[in-house]
Amino acid sequence: MSIRMDKEWLPFTPEQVADAPGHMGVYQIADADRQLLDIGRAGGGTRFGLRGELTQALERWGDRGRYFRFEVNLGYWSRHQELLMLALHDHGHLPEGCSEEQAAQLGRISPHPGNDGAARPSSRTV
Amino acid sequence: MDFKLDEEQQAVVDNVRRFVREEVVPLEMGLDPDADELPHEDFKRLSDKVRAMGLYALDVPEEFGGPGLDLVTRAAMAFEMSQHRAGLYAPCYGTFGGVGLLHLFSGSEEQKKKYLEPLLRGELTSFFALTEPSGGSDPARAIETRAVQDGDEWVLNGSKLYISGADKADFGITFARTGSEKSRDNITCFIIESGWPGFHVRRVVHTMRSSHYATELQYENLRVPAANVLGEVGKGFSLASGSLLRERLPYAALSLGPAIRAQEMCIQWIKDRHVFGAPLASKQAIQWMIVDNEMDIRQARWVVLDAAQKADRGEPFRMEAAMAKLAATEAAGRVVDRAIQIHGGAGVTKDFPFERWYRELRIRRIGEGPSEVQRLIMARELIGGSFK
Ligand SMILES: Cc1cc2nc3c(=O)[nH]c(=O)nc-3n(C[C@H](O)[C@H](O)[C@H](O)COP(=O)(O)OP(=O)(O)OC[C@H]3O[C@@H](n4cnc5c(N)ncnc54)[C@H](O)[C@@H]3O)c2cc1C
Repeated sequence: MSIRMDKEWLPFTPEQVADAPGHMGVYQIADADRQLLDIGRAGGGTRFGLRGELTQALERWGDRGRYFRFEVNLGYWSRHQELLMLALHDHGHLPEGCSEEQAAQLGRISPHPGNDGAARPSSRTV
Repeated sequence: MDFKLDEEQQAVVDNVRRFVREEVVPLEMGLDPDADELPHEDFKRLSDKVRAMGLYALDVPEEFGGPGLDLVTRAAMAFEMSQHRAGLYAPCYGTFGGVGLLHLFSGSEEQKKKYLEPLLRGELTSFFALTEPSGGSDPARAIETRAVQDGDEWVLNGSKLYISGADKADFGITFARTGSEKSRDNITCFIIESGWPGFHVRRVVHTMRSSHYATELQYENLRVPAANVLGEVGKGFSLASGSLLRERLPYAALSLGPAIRAQEMCIQWIKDRHVFGAPLASKQAIQWMIVDNEMDIRQARWVVLDAAQKADRGEPFRMEAAMAKLAATEAAGRVVDRAIQIHGGAGVTKDFPFERWYRELRIRRIGEGPSEVQRLIMARELIGGSFK
């Protein structure tokens, strides 16, 4: 299981965003070089979930935002934190759309090098 | 037996109730329903109010600057402190401070100075890492993490699973096997720092409790100074189980808080909501759920306060603590489940706190010793040692 978001990038256009689900989840926005601009979440208090948050993001990023991808995820809170921590680990800084307060409250993560595989509870008898 | 609080205890509890209802609950309206942190300014403002109330650092002994509360008062406060959406795992969003690692009070003077005192001042944060992929209910047998002595250092290798808060903490305590046999007599407790080479937070472990998530840790030749052994070499297991006993009562009481609040909300709701031409409150099936809720709450409350009173009198309370944890977590789960049923569709929406309480209460029956382990502890006390 990969812990990085590995969904396909989609063109960040009003038409594509209109097709995004109204569910809770997390999303990423990237520029023309597919460099991350933002990592966001559509939480339980949002009006139209991912579609609503991405519609607002379209306005915020204007021409700079070229691609987006998302995951429908009821556990959006911990997944969002994880994606932020991974960005910090991979690039040494958060994407510019993230706030300083987010950075200050963030934990640290160092995934298995070259391998996203995670330890599972073992079923071996002890 | 009388569980009526005296005037002083009641005043403390009333203050906490007011604080939760007037300060914490209104702030939650503007937060994500799964949030577990307040914006910095709100945190500071509320935390200053708690200090002004003289209730900061609740679980810190008086000689270290804590309010020196008896366990009955502490439990009665905890019933109130969790009566908000995030209350189970972030009671009052941490504005009451608190130490977390009571184990450190049994540390050396040097350890207290380096870790405990800054922790109490709120300058450092900590985690507790016992559970491993091989199991958490029976750590004496399950622990596979090894510590090997190398001069005046220990070298740790292994992994820990479901560890809350380790990604943000400055240091923590952990347990490793320091002998070859799988017995409780060769487990040692170490204080480790998260900035040391060889300490890795490998991933977030996503559970139905989305906020205050757990993590997976790996120790890769993690070198720990011998001065960071907490307690004696080979005697870590008693630290793992012993000092948790006192913490179990506020934990049990916190579990019951959402149930108490859910019941209040249910009683209001059934008077306002109409079905088949009459208020829900007039339907016997609903009345019985309200009665069952009340019985669950009162029984669990009684058991928690009984354990707290025994502890305050200095009597053994191992069985009572286990009973309190079991009774409160299971009763609260049933109450919140009924509250969802009574609220119908609204009950499962994020507009109400029940769905979060429901998810988090499910974890409450597993964390801090699962229900089966609590029963095991009680059975041992009741039946006697030879059937262990
Ligand atoms: C969200 C979350 C946060 C956590 N945070 C921490 C943390 O910060 N630090 C930490 O150290 N641990 C933490 N834990 C781990 C937790 O304490 C363990 O999950 C718990 O102790 C159970 O261990 P296990 O999951 O390995 O289950 P196992 O030990 O594999 O047990 C599996 C099941 O068998 C039952 N069982 C065990 N023994 C018996 C028996 N004798 N008879 C009948 N049934 C039995 C258990 O009750 C359980 O239901 C956390 C867990 C979760 C889910």
